[in-house]
Amino acid sequence: MRTITPLVFALLLTACSQHPQPSLYQQLGGEPGIAAITDGLLQKIEQDQRIVHHFADTDIARFRRLLAEQLCNISGGPCEYTGGTMQESHTGFNITLAHYDALVENLIDVMQQQQISISAQNQLLALLAPMYKDITYR
Amino acid sequence: MITRFTLALCCLLASASSVAGSKIVATGGASSIEGSAGGGIVPWAVINGYGSSDEWSATAFTSRVGVDDFTLNVFGASVSYDNKWEWSVARQTFKLDSIGGELRQDVFGVKYHIAGELLYTAWPQISVGLQYKKHRDFGLPQAVGARDDSGVDVYFSASKVLFDQVAGRNLLLNGTVRATKANQTGLLGFGSASDNNYQFVFEGSAAVLLNYNVALGIEFKQKPDQLNFATEQHWRDLFVAWFINKHVSVVGGYVDLGSIAGFDQQQGYYISVEGAW
Repeated sequence: MRTITPLVFALLLTACSQHPQPSLYQQLGGEPGIAAITDGLLQKIEQDQRIVHHFADTDIARFRRLLAEQLCNISGGPCEYTGGTMQESHTGFNITLAHYDALVENLIDVMQQQQISISAQNQLLALLAPMYKDITYR
Repeated sequence: MITRFTLALCCLLASASSVAGSKIVATGGASSIEGSAGGGIVPWAVINGYGSSDEWSATAFTSRVGVDDFTLNVFGASVSYDNKWEWSVARQTFKLDSIGGELRQDVFGVKYHIAGELLYTAWPQISVGLQYKKHRDFGLPQAVGARDDSGVDVYFSASKVLFDQVAGRNLLLNGTVRATKANQTGLLGFGSASDNNYQFVFEGSAAVLLNYNVALGIEFKQKPDQLNFATEQHWRDLFVAWFINKHVSVVGGYVDLGSIAGFDQQQGYYISVEGAW
């Protein structure tokens, strides 16, 4: 019995590790998936009169890189986020609830277009939603 | 009346441009039978329509509740601003199918969103609301012991969407505490000969958002029991809400209204259509 118990545990552990829960990063499609979300979102922003003015003086290449880094980082991917805090980078923009809603709506549209599962979409929204307090009315 | 109203609603919808507010689809809730944004029978802390900060929104709706011995027809409208203020009006016509006759009541509502954001803050969205209810056919309610033909309900609501809760789906929770003197939500008048005090009641809703457009939920509405002539019981319902887009939503459900005016086990259907601009 004493020898069997560790064996059973070892088997159980092996069984578990054979079906690991894919990370959110993987569910979003890894690096190409996140690149597609980032590019899709930038295209949406460009066409959205409600918020495009906030990006008038933005270095788009840098913004694109930092957004991809951040999405990768918060979803558990192998990336370092090298940008400033959300609070710092949005100060002076006076981003309102309506602007935030517009961005979230655009992100949802892009994720729907990329056919990301509803569960993965909700996991990502759960990570991004709390940034509201750092981003708006600064 | 309802047919004409539905027709008008359809015409408005057909002519409506694509202009809609910035709020995310479904976050304006549906129109409750009292005209306030909510589920079917419970007001929520959400503000009607899709107006986000600094935006205006308007809604119009019609609902019908059909149970064994009664039919309630409602139509109404609301205007909202800044995702903070909501002004609503509703006309209820309660048909006494088995007894004969009908009772009409008007509900004028105002709601103010005090704090929190449904989707974005850790705290729930919290709102306070008033509903001024005026009975238009007070003879029968008076005859069965109601004291007044009008009353003011005051309620506090807290609503929150929790992401990724049930099989990866989002969950909406709502709790409402209401101070009321209304008998059967005012359809049988307000207060009684022996008691004119406010009663505090709890109302709750829970809904799973299967996707961005479809919600499956349940509601519970605690009710006072003031009139001696018949027992009043709590209400409950199960509903499916389909937010087709930011302009049209449809809610269907099953309701259990308990005993009403001596008629027990009043169960049946709930259907509601809302247009939003």
